[in-house]
Amino acid sequence: MNNKNTNILAIGVGGQGIILASEILAYALMAAGFDVKKSEVHGMAQRGGSVNSHVRFGKQVYSPIIKEGEVDILFAFEQLESLRYLGFLNPNTQIILNNHVINPPSVSLGVDEYPNDVPGIIKERYPHFHLANGLDLAEKVGNPRTANIVLLGVLSRYVKVDEVHWIEGITKVLPEKLREINIDAFRLGRDEG
Amino acid sequence: MKEILSGNEAIARGAYESGVMVATAYPGTPSTEILENITRYKEIYAEWSPNEKVALEVGAGASFGGARALVAMKHVGVNVAADPLFTLSYTGVKGGLVIISADDPELHSSQNEQDNRNYAKFAKIPMLEPSDSQEAKEFVKKAFEISEQYDTPVFVRTTTRISHSKSIVKIQDPIKSPAQLEIVKNPTKLVMLPANARRRHPIVEERLGQLKTLAEEFPENKIEMNDKNIGIITSGISYQYAKEVFPNYSYLKLGLTYPLPEKMIKEFVEQVETLYIVEELDPYLEDQIKVMGIEVTGKKIFPICGEFSPSIVKDAISGSSKEQKNEEIPVKLPPRPPNMCPGCGYRGIFYIFNKLKLFVTGDIGCYTLGFLPPLSAIDTCVSMGGSIGHAMGLDKALGDDAKGKVVAVIGDSTFLHSGITSLLDVVYNKGASTIVILDNHTTAMTGRQEHPGTGHTIKGEPTSKVDLVQLCNGLGVKHVRTVNPLDMKSVEEILKEELERDEASVIISQSPCVLLKSERLIPKKPLTIINENCNGCKACIKLGCPAIIWKNIHKNSQENSVTTENKKRKGFAIIDKMLCIGCGLCQQLCKFEAIGETDEQ
Repeated sequence: MNNKNTNILAIGVGGQGIILASEILAYALMAAGFDVKKSEVHGMAQRGGSVNSHVRFGKQVYSPIIKEGEVDILFAFEQLESLRYLGFLNPNTQIILNNHVINPPSVSLGVDEYPNDVPGIIKERYPHFHLANGLDLAEKVGNPRTANIVLLGVLSRYVKVDEVHWIEGITKVLPEKLREINIDAFRLGRDEG
Repeated sequence: MKEILSGNEAIARGAYESGVMVATAYPGTPSTEILENITRYKEIYAEWSPNEKVALEVGAGASFGGARALVAMKHVGVNVAADPLFTLSYTGVKGGLVIISADDPELHSSQNEQDNRNYAKFAKIPMLEPSDSQEAKEFVKKAFEISEQYDTPVFVRTTTRISHSKSIVKIQDPIKSPAQLEIVKNPTKLVMLPANARRRHPIVEERLGQLKTLAEEFPENKIEMNDKNIGIITSGISYQYAKEVFPNYSYLKLGLTYPLPEKMIKEFVEQVETLYIVEELDPYLEDQIKVMGIEVTGKKIFPICGEFSPSIVKDAISGSSKEQKNEEIPVKLPPRPPNMCPGCGYRGIFYIFNKLKLFVTGDIGCYTLGFLPPLSAIDTCVSMGGSIGHAMGLDKALGDDAKGKVVAVIGDSTFLHSGITSLLDVVYNKGASTIVILDNHTTAMTGRQEHPGTGHTIKGEPTSKVDLVQLCNGLGVKHVRTVNPLDMKSVEEILKEELERDEASVIISQSPCVLLKSERLIPKKPLTIINENCNGCKACIKLGCPAIIWKNIHKNSQENSVTTENKKRKGFAIIDKMLCIGCGLCQQLCKFEAIGETDEQ
């Protein structure tokens, strides 16, 4: 990581738990001693709308948003959404793509088609490609709502931060009754995702 | 101790550390979380005020009594509060009075992108602009000091990227409030009759002079000398973008953006070769610096519209257009706008509006999403409470040509914010408008805040609850009816009847927001499509419900291509049981008994 900052762009659909996952990520990075900034826009009834969260960390971070072409890791929770952010990527970007499809309204209305083979389109252009199945693993943990934390576990394999700091992040952000299952979810993603 | 805080959380913390005693606001993106976070500090009296004007007046009263008060609002909220604001500049304060203006360049969730730095100059009130969360906290504290020292309200202005970005903040202990709480009569200062106000105006001008002197020495106006070939004058988030892409240039970073430090600016300008002003929205700094007789480059190369990004700053100054066009994606990307939730009580109402081809004067809230197809049933949206006035104006101007064709639609929180006086106008001036109040028992667009109609305060304490029916009756509306929006047949009947009237009428649609945990009805069972009964008529699709999905049948496909009665069909609907909450609207529209219930929870 040296002096250069690292840029993670988390994207997906409102309701998938993206902001929460990026919150834990930011705390884990602070616990590991980095300067961290994070930016997202909320306010419109985000349910069902596109969501993105920029996380930047390193020695000193100025801009809270990532410059086009400079994403180091694309952390994508939904297939189609990942295609909206190609302008932020470069050939070295590590892609983590959750193998999940959520139809946008125009597709549900039968006006538009959901694009075919999104993983193929991405993989062809960005060779550092990791396809994950957040929901399957979350069901293995026993709660489909932990899919975001499973995916955070997958992400953790590409971010050089000790496990203890990730757990600190989870502990900081989640209420006590949800910690245990989410730590399980995180570990499953980290080991198997 | 260190925390990662958003700008809004940091402002709340700054209020606490400053010993604030009273904090008021009306929710509005991107300012909402300020008051929500202030409720964490039990020492502070906090309230959701009915609107921003009231919020500022309550803050002013607290200040007159010697307490420190913080008032928060979004940029357009300052328009609502502008009446007291301009005269509070004359009265000044006793306890510190700080107004947070959270601007929204790019209109992430707003109806315009006005630049509220102009308000500082217009109202002659100093303004601070933080560039990250640490500064957001510290600047609130400094704002209170300036407010008390210079006897003036003080603005702290953020933008969405400051309000909603998070960065590391050092947490400190609160100071003991410096307030001397007492009631002191001071009519020459607080009673702004012409004779008194006339004497206050020169004091305002004199204060501005003193603030200009402060600006020259203010430690948050900083010169960072580096490569002297290029100098950049900037503030707020623009500073971060510029620093990101040009770390080696020289900077004058302004923390106090009204009034400006003229001497310091000239001193900086003399040391650098080429000067750029990097600021979002209006040429606010640029115009004032040009008046100082300084040549600068600003809006000649930077956009006025929309928010900046590191790339925009880099491209503008380095003169390059987009470095590389990203690769063309081989597929069309369907947009994904936010949508009204499955089961939302508004959906059926908008379906009927659309069906009756009404001109719908709209307002600010979740229901503005009724604009989107397939409902396409919002025809105006301008300002809080605006819908009722629009309907009245149309009715009065068009007379019989508008009769039965116009309806106003407004949410409960918006109605209580500034719809009441408009409704009074309709009654008083013999209007015949029909107004539908969508009462979902919360303020939903900003994330479910309490308001005077919910029966709870911001801290969740039970309180009195305005009765909308009685309120409308009290204003003189003779025809007030309530309706369950999930019963579309009765909605249509009642609406038709009320539209025919020659007098003002109000229909109150009562259905709690589906996201409200406290009022959520027992979860209904999701519905399902009985596939063989579905003939593909698309009636249910016209609701635009996110839980209903249309499947085309490809021409040559035999599978699924006929109904029970062996009729050909082009496609069929399916219901996503993860999203459906069983509101039953689609069932009411289906004429083929193709939508049934499930046993699942």
